[in-house]
Amino acid sequence: MSTQSAEHPKHLLHHFSTSQQQAESAKLGMWVFLLTEILLFGGLFLAYTVYRSWHPDMFYNAHLFLDRELGSLNTVVLILSSLTMALAIRSMQLGNRKRTIRMLVFTLALAAVFLVVKYFEYSHKIDLGQLPGKLYTFQGIEGDNPHVFFSVYFLMTGLHGIHVVAGMLTIGWVLWRTVRNDFSSEYYTPIEMTGLYWHLVDLVWIFLFPLFYLIG
Amino acid sequence: MNSQSHAQHHVLPLRTYVMVTVGLLVLTAITVGISYMDFGVFNLLVAMAVAVAKAALVALYFMHLKYDNKIYLVVFLVALVTLGVLIFLTLADTMTRGDIDQEERGPINRRAAMYQQDTTAVPAAAMHMTEGQTNDTTASEDTSHAP
Repeated sequence: MSTQSAEHPKHLLHHFSTSQQQAESAKLGMWVFLLTEILLFGGLFLAYTVYRSWHPDMFYNAHLFLDRELGSLNTVVLILSSLTMALAIRSMQLGNRKRTIRMLVFTLALAAVFLVVKYFEYSHKIDLGQLPGKLYTFQGIEGDNPHVFFSVYFLMTGLHGIHVVAGMLTIGWVLWRTVRNDFSSEYYTPIEMTGLYWHLVDLVWIFLFPLFYLIG
Repeated sequence: MNSQSHAQHHVLPLRTYVMVTVGLLVLTAITVGISYMDFGVFNLLVAMAVAVAKAALVALYFMHLKYDNKIYLVVFLVALVTLGVLIFLTLADTMTRGDIDQEERGPINRRAAMYQQDTTAVPAAAMHMTEGQTNDTTASEDTSHAP
């Protein structure tokens, strides 16, 4: 505090009195944004819940066509990426810029692995015609309206996938800024906000995984 | 976090992060393992309990909610409670339809390719219901009064 008021740090915007106030404001804003994200996904979780309560047997039969191993692999990948993201922030808190860069690169790599696995899953389903709504042509799932399962599946994992891509872009941006030496143990708010976003992407997947891959 | 003399940021020990990750991986192994067994409705309950536990670990430790100003936790919980209300009230509708008045269920999208292949289905009878709609109406409860 004393050093901050004596010498105005570069990152401190003029409408904040202290760095701490600025950081806490940023974090509050980020959490309000995450609230809207939770409600965005929440509507889809609601759709899932309603359709599954209407067609429990169909959901069970359709979920057998998802690959449990690939789903588990992606769960582990995202958990590890959350760890490397948290460690990237911790490294910057300790002023270790090199390690922050390394951890951000690991996080990006794990996110890419997630998307590659997702690509294989999607292309397999597209080949079989297990597609949403009227595009659905697959025969062989018993129960009412199996295309509804894949509508919800593609909507939810698709929106999640878009979030993974957005997360990668944001991580890439803070990585570039870290390389450019914008951050220090005094100021690393953008990395921290990116971390919160990335953990939310992990949180959503933590629920998507059992709801789609591990029914019954 | 509220103290004014808080110049140094709160840095968690490396051990905490590693232990949380190990916990998340163990919980994942548990939930995958249980999915191979059949406990009826308990499968869903256990899967959700494990997911909530994992989410709590991520939110409290990775997202620092346990250590930060509690206002962030409040924002997070507001989102969850709002979502809970949304789901509860909607299910109060969708789960009780037909309890008072009889209703018949029809397939959702009669124009879906899978229904076109079924020659025994009579799309003409259903056509007037989906007239002008090129896409999935997603109204599963769309009641069809068959003649």
